[in-house]
Amino acid sequence: MAEKKSLGKEFTKGLIAENPVFRLVLGTCPTLAVSTSVSSAIGMGIAATIVLLCSNVVISALRKVIPQKVRIPAYIVVIASFVTIIQLLVKAFVPALDTALGVYLPLIVVNCIILGRAEAFASKNAVLASALDGLGMGIGFTSSLFLMATVREILGSGTFLSGIKDLLAVFSSDITFNGFKIPFLNENPLTFFVLAPGGFFVFGIMIALSNKLADRKGKPKAELHGCASCPMAASCALIAEDKNCEEVKAQ
Amino acid sequence: MKIALSLLLTAILTNNFILCKFLGICPFLGVSKKLNTAAGMSAAVIFVMVLATAVTYPINLLLVKNDMEYLQTIVFILVIAALVQLVEIILKKYMVSLYNALGVYLPLITTNCAVLGVVLLNIDNGYNFWQSMVYSLGGGLGFMVAMIMFAGVRERLEGCDIPKALQGLPITLIAASLVSMSFLGFAGLVDNMFA
Repeated sequence: MAEKKSLGKEFTKGLIAENPVFRLVLGTCPTLAVSTSVSSAIGMGIAATIVLLCSNVVISALRKVIPQKVRIPAYIVVIASFVTIIQLLVKAFVPALDTALGVYLPLIVVNCIILGRAEAFASKNAVLASALDGLGMGIGFTSSLFLMATVREILGSGTFLSGIKDLLAVFSSDITFNGFKIPFLNENPLTFFVLAPGGFFVFGIMIALSNKLADRKGKPKAELHGCASCPMAASCALIAEDKNCEEVKAQ
Repeated sequence: MKIALSLLLTAILTNNFILCKFLGICPFLGVSKKLNTAAGMSAAVIFVMVLATAVTYPINLLLVKNDMEYLQTIVFILVIAALVQLVEIILKKYMVSLYNALGVYLPLITTNCAVLGVVLLNIDNGYNFWQSMVYSLGGGLGFMVAMIMFAGVRERLEGCDIPKALQGLPITLIAASLVSMSFLGFAGLVDNMFA
């Protein structure tokens, strides 16, 4: 019973309490880059979740085989293989998503959520727990992307779920539903929000809101764990140099 | 020459890697607290970006020749990781002063999406060898411009009275938003200059 409960916790912690985007501040690059439209955000989230789940399972299964010294390159190979598989699948079945995500699809390889979870969790835990951790973190990542993209697309383009037809075409090509048009905003979009500065701005406001909620529950606010969660932390001399990192390390 | 200049300016100003393409946000937010670390990090990024482009360009030709383009991602990330290790060892042995300046930042760069990003963008854009080199140099310089500008902004932020909810990361991101907005002003500059 106790075992079951803790496994459930591995899954749910990624959703809110340790949400990778708003709480751990990982994977900021894709979060900012693909959150201009909800459908590409969903596509990115699903692709990253699959890679995260598969790489967590494989790395956890191999955790006793991989020598400590070459573990980071080994993780990168595993992750890159799954990214390549996803890339080929997306190109074959959802070409519109491939165009929308562009270079950010192969860049899932260097998404710090995936390498970070491999290093922090999968390399130390059993396969089932790692799978649940990966799935939870992946869904947490997808839902944060969805939230960001909802705000940016509605305000910036005056649409919601526009282009979803191309994603749904995987299941059936007869679907004609292609998102909603938001009255007024569709004719007068606040273009700022789909441009680069809007991304930084919305992300900042979102983190402020999640800090506020966390504060109310007595949890610490989100800080850039740049060093503590960075997979390169062990080999990085910046930790010794930067005072902020030292504080993180001391905790 | 004209093409080179326009590529360079595009990569530095209109399509700045950090502020317009969101590549390399982690070091941008993490290492920009102090001016000297920001400068050191960006110098290392420029170095690795140009070197990685020079090495991956022939490798890509080889992959294309053998119909193995689908291996690009996995090969490039490994080449970059190996390259960074190699550079670190060589610098440590033969160029100690350069190692002291850049060595600290090198391990961090392996998983920096700006480096893999520039390599993949060069291929996506179909640049030839020299165009790729110029674009990588421009990307690195753009990274440096953004980092150094932002380090200055952050030093100013230190002394400000910021609302409690926005303290820390949120205000940093909003400041980044404003810096990024100033770069929007460059939109169309390169096209008009060389039209």
